[in-house]
Amino acid sequence: MAGTANPYGIVAEFDNPADTMHAAGKVRDAGFRKWDVFTPFPVHGMDKAMGLKNSKVGWFSFLGGVTGYTCGMLMSWWMNAVDYPIVVGGKPMFSPFSAFPPSYELTILLGSFGSLFGMLFLNRLPRLYHPLLKNRRFALATHDRFFIVIETADPKYSETETRKLLESLGSRHIEVVEE
Amino acid sequence: MADAVISKPLAQPGAANQVAGIVVKAPPRELEREPMVRNQRSIGWISDAIAGVAEGKTPRWWWYAFIPSVIMMTACFSMILYLVSVGVGVWGPGHPVMWGWAIVNFVWWIGIGHAGTLISAILFLLRQKWRTSINRAAEAMTIFAVMCAGIFPVIHIGRVWFGWWLFPIPNGNDIWPQFRSPLMWDVFAVSTYFTVSVLFWYMGLIPDLAVMRDRAKNKIRKFAYGLFSLGWTGSNRHWSNYEKAYLILAGLSTPLVLSVHSIVSLDFSVSQLPGWHTTIFPPYFVAGAVFSGFGMVLSLLIPLRRVLRLEDIITLRHVELMCKVTLATGSIVGYAYAMEFFIAWYSGNPYERYAFINRATGHYAWAYLTMITCNVMVPQLFWFKKIRTKMLVVFILSILVNIGMWFERFVIVVISLHRDFMPSNWGYFRPTWVDILTFLGTFGLFFTFFLLFLRFVPLIAISEVKGVTPQADPHHPLGGAKGGHH
Repeated sequence: MAGTANPYGIVAEFDNPADTMHAAGKVRDAGFRKWDVFTPFPVHGMDKAMGLKNSKVGWFSFLGGVTGYTCGMLMSWWMNAVDYPIVVGGKPMFSPFSAFPPSYELTILLGSFGSLFGMLFLNRLPRLYHPLLKNRRFALATHDRFFIVIETADPKYSETETRKLLESLGSRHIEVVEE
Repeated sequence: MADAVISKPLAQPGAANQVAGIVVKAPPRELEREPMVRNQRSIGWISDAIAGVAEGKTPRWWWYAFIPSVIMMTACFSMILYLVSVGVGVWGPGHPVMWGWAIVNFVWWIGIGHAGTLISAILFLLRQKWRTSINRAAEAMTIFAVMCAGIFPVIHIGRVWFGWWLFPIPNGNDIWPQFRSPLMWDVFAVSTYFTVSVLFWYMGLIPDLAVMRDRAKNKIRKFAYGLFSLGWTGSNRHWSNYEKAYLILAGLSTPLVLSVHSIVSLDFSVSQLPGWHTTIFPPYFVAGAVFSGFGMVLSLLIPLRRVLRLEDIITLRHVELMCKVTLATGSIVGYAYAMEFFIAWYSGNPYERYAFINRATGHYAWAYLTMITCNVMVPQLFWFKKIRTKMLVVFILSILVNIGMWFERFVIVVISLHRDFMPSNWGYFRPTWVDILTFLGTFGLFFTFFLLFLRFVPLIAISEVKGVTPQADPHHPLGGAKGGHH
């Protein structure tokens, strides 16, 4: 399949997580930028081997949580103390204590939406098309194989040199995938 | 070429599916533990075994379970239709017991759900790796149990068509929901609980739906699983964000699950009624909820692991650990029962004392006795390994736990209400056939959804189970590490 008109990247297959992680460390050290590792489960230590920074999902959850708590408090106050106050058993129209449970639940609700949608946003998902998903062998990435993919868009990519590097790292099967 | 590896049917135990030729030096005896996945199964075998359940021809036992479930579900909806068209008079409640089975069933079903969240969130934060084999099914159980629970508060209000007044939506009277009432807190707690449980469950499903997509043989399956897996590729850059989001969701679900049954208990304890007005309620309700939920998880998974031949993934050790959680929470519940009696005596309040003496010796003593037998005595049997490892015995005991917890809610709701401060407020509550059929019908609803879940979605978290095997550990010889175990 080499020499396709519009190559997306070079795909190297590995058998086990240790070899993949070792190879990922070398690819990182070689200075590649547009590349990724594909595994059937999260491999611990792979973020470090790839040189990834801590995920930013937490900020989205935090933003959601703060919004939820503020909305809960403001809603209880405005509805029960401003817009339609009703005296119930001599209790204060607004108290942070009785407004706390719904605000607490809204904190969790919007915080959870923040983390799920934050994760999807950071991963640019949902994505209905991906060149790798056309490749039949790549389907094993969700089964029991490990793949390192270096995109042709990477400035350091070279048809021959990159292939040589991946071969030297112990990949058993290397192919170029079309866009 | 890829098909040869992927299309293996549900594999039987045997050398062919094991990682061959690698000898692992055993740890010292005192550190030895039964592995999460038995028989040194390969990573591919895990996919085949779990995804295989939702593939191929529908097995006969599934239909035998599904058809009665649908009939029961239909009975439930017919009863609801009857209730709505005639009125709440078709149920048993009436002065002085104005809260009957509807609230008992609501609290019971919500409690069932709590084990699912405990397994998926709290055990995750505590790094209990054994949770991976059971969390998906337990979370599904949570969602369906909360659905069953949610029906009751809506239909018990009488004029069901005004149910939307529970939510802060502007209505024709310009009146807003009253946030000083615990019933309003409950609306927020339960609806948040349902929504977050669905989010958590779905997020866990994304990588596994991608497994189903990549194994799919026909276009419809490929399209459907492809759509719901959102284009998941298994990229490590994605896994990195995914794992962080999963951790945060677990961290948010933990205070959530503790708050839900606490708030449910406040529906009772904020009132002034003897038997309800106690500060022990929130922790006691949460422990009871986890207790009943684990009972339900055991009742569901013990037959499933056998029928689906998943004994290598849901091992004896998993069942034993669940029995131990049941024992621990059952003991907390027993302690709470004793403490309630002590406080009733210690309070010096004659109404409070009477409520508890009447509970144990009055006309409803049979319900109290059932509760004590099933919730306090039965779990104590789990101290014995001989009992924990006999699947049939554990199965029967787990059902007794569920019965006991239903009676606990009956004891709290009905006995406390049937005799309050004045003898003119005394009565005896009896359910009607509509009460009984509606409750039994919710089991139909629950099992209909649970069986559909088994048929279409991987019932065990495939990628998570793979992740806890030694083959997944890059520092383990089975994961390809050179130079032995470190």
